[in-house]
Amino acid sequence: MIFTIAGKELRTLFTSPLAWLVLTVVQVVLGYGFLKRLDDFLQIQSQLAQMASPPGITELVASPTYATAAAMLLFAVPLLAMRMIAEERRNQTLTLLLSAPVSMAEIILGKFTGLMTFLLIIVLLVLAMPLLLMPATRLDFGLLAGLTLALLLLAASFSAVGLYASSLTAQPMAAALLGFGMLLAMLFMGETAGDSLRARGWQIPAAFAQVFSPLKNFEPLGRGIIDSYAIACPLLLTIAFLILAIRRLDGRRLRG
Amino acid sequence: MNPTDPALTICARGLSRRFGTHVAVKAIDLDVRRGEVLGLLGPNGAGKTTTMQMLTGNLAPSAGEIRICDIDLLDKPILAKARIGYLPETPPLYRELNVREYLDLAARLHRVPKAGRATAVATAMARCGLADTGRKLIGTLSKGYQQRVGIAQAIVHEPDVIILDEPTVGLDPNQILDIRALIRELGNKHSVILSTHILPEVEAVCDRVQIMHHGVVVFSNTIAGLREFQRGRTVTVALHRPPDISALRAIAGVADVEPAGVGRFCIRFEPDSDPSEALVSAAGAGNWGLHQLTPAQSSLEDVFVQLTTQAEQS
Repeated sequence: MIFTIAGKELRTLFTSPLAWLVLTVVQVVLGYGFLKRLDDFLQIQSQLAQMASPPGITELVASPTYATAAAMLLFAVPLLAMRMIAEERRNQTLTLLLSAPVSMAEIILGKFTGLMTFLLIIVLLVLAMPLLLMPATRLDFGLLAGLTLALLLLAASFSAVGLYASSLTAQPMAAALLGFGMLLAMLFMGETAGDSLRARGWQIPAAFAQVFSPLKNFEPLGRGIIDSYAIACPLLLTIAFLILAIRRLDGRRLRG
Repeated sequence: MNPTDPALTICARGLSRRFGTHVAVKAIDLDVRRGEVLGLLGPNGAGKTTTMQMLTGNLAPSAGEIRICDIDLLDKPILAKARIGYLPETPPLYRELNVREYLDLAARLHRVPKAGRATAVATAMARCGLADTGRKLIGTLSKGYQQRVGIAQAIVHEPDVIILDEPTVGLDPNQILDIRALIRELGNKHSVILSTHILPEVEAVCDRVQIMHHGVVVFSNTIAGLREFQRGRTVTVALHRPPDISALRAIAGVADVEPAGVGRFCIRFEPDSDPSEALVSAAGAGNWGLHQLTPAQSSLEDVFVQLTTQAEQS
């Protein structure tokens, strides 16, 4: 049932120009950034060769590309998620799902799966760029796997937040702004809150703040460090916002 | 009323719904059996749509219980919802899908097994007169066809209970006749609840009527009962050579006569009497030149107005 709803969401995404536009813009920006960094790398290659343990091409070219992709998801995901519930409410098509023998959790998980499948396409396109260098050079596959995992976790937590924002209103545009605002707030909080709390010796509030800092958790994996808490945090965030969205949908049935 | 009667497909007891302080539906009871079409009538804002939303699990009731084929809707919503087909006021159509894709999605959502899905979709399309529109995008269809797709969506999984909220709104007269015939046909095998404020529609398709007003049921009876309630209260006669008005008043069973234009009279009968025959023979004997005798057309509307204003006064 989850896959039926996911399939429907994917189809809806691809019938709107927005999805294609997002794919195009993301790919153009990332492709340009990738080539620029590759060019820079080639220019400083001779200097790198003189260093004792020089950073590799994966670190210098692939990592920044992934970081740009992460920043672009911050804009793209709220735009892609905005219609998923808000527009169904505005067009009153949500009734079809609510009257069907499907649980609220299945509806939300179906929509989440559909959105994640779409974002997987973006992640795979990002991964394809460094992989194209394979015939020419040696890549650090461990780091590449860490980066890809980090981007997927980020996409999942952004999607959950975007879906929740979409469940709060019947106006898709308002949902997009709300989702973007929530992600931006988390980003700013993540930059400072966790560190300053830890500096005061407040370990537990700091650990809690880290759950709400998706980009902060991106960093260790992005450097190739497997930090289990940094992997658990985005998962917790995803689950928390999916539960909020499910409860929100159920609340509509109770409150009307 | 035995609630475990196997033919009883919908059984709602003491159904209420409040929105804040406003009580939209107040402790209504509702029973529908297999092979029965129930018409839910009422002016705008009477609580028809709210009732239907509760019966389909779209809205949680503030109080009361709903059993669909003896399954508690609030306890086991997934099991109960599988037996319901619902067409809301605004058909829940995805404009970007074509008719076949959309009905296939509806069938999947209602857990129609894969093997029978194509047949189920084809059957629903044929029943709703959509056989030639399978590949058309729903967004490009006319309102009437969109309404048919909405009905097809509600019947594609062969539910025991079909709930239609104003199914003929916005259709042209031919389509209305088609849809009514379809509802009548559906009513033979399934249970149908339909809401409307078009009175002749109820007479044409329903077996029983419940009239709602301000969230309460003010009238609940069979169509025959409704006809009984409204039958022969007034007729209009047209005479070429009208006699004195007192001659008309003298006929047994006539309560009152009012002139209604040249040679026309509006005759109101006394309760439980029908002096039409006496009127015709008197006209023949007196050579009044009777050329028209019409039962008042608006009688059903009269019943409706009478019931709803009665409820207001009490």
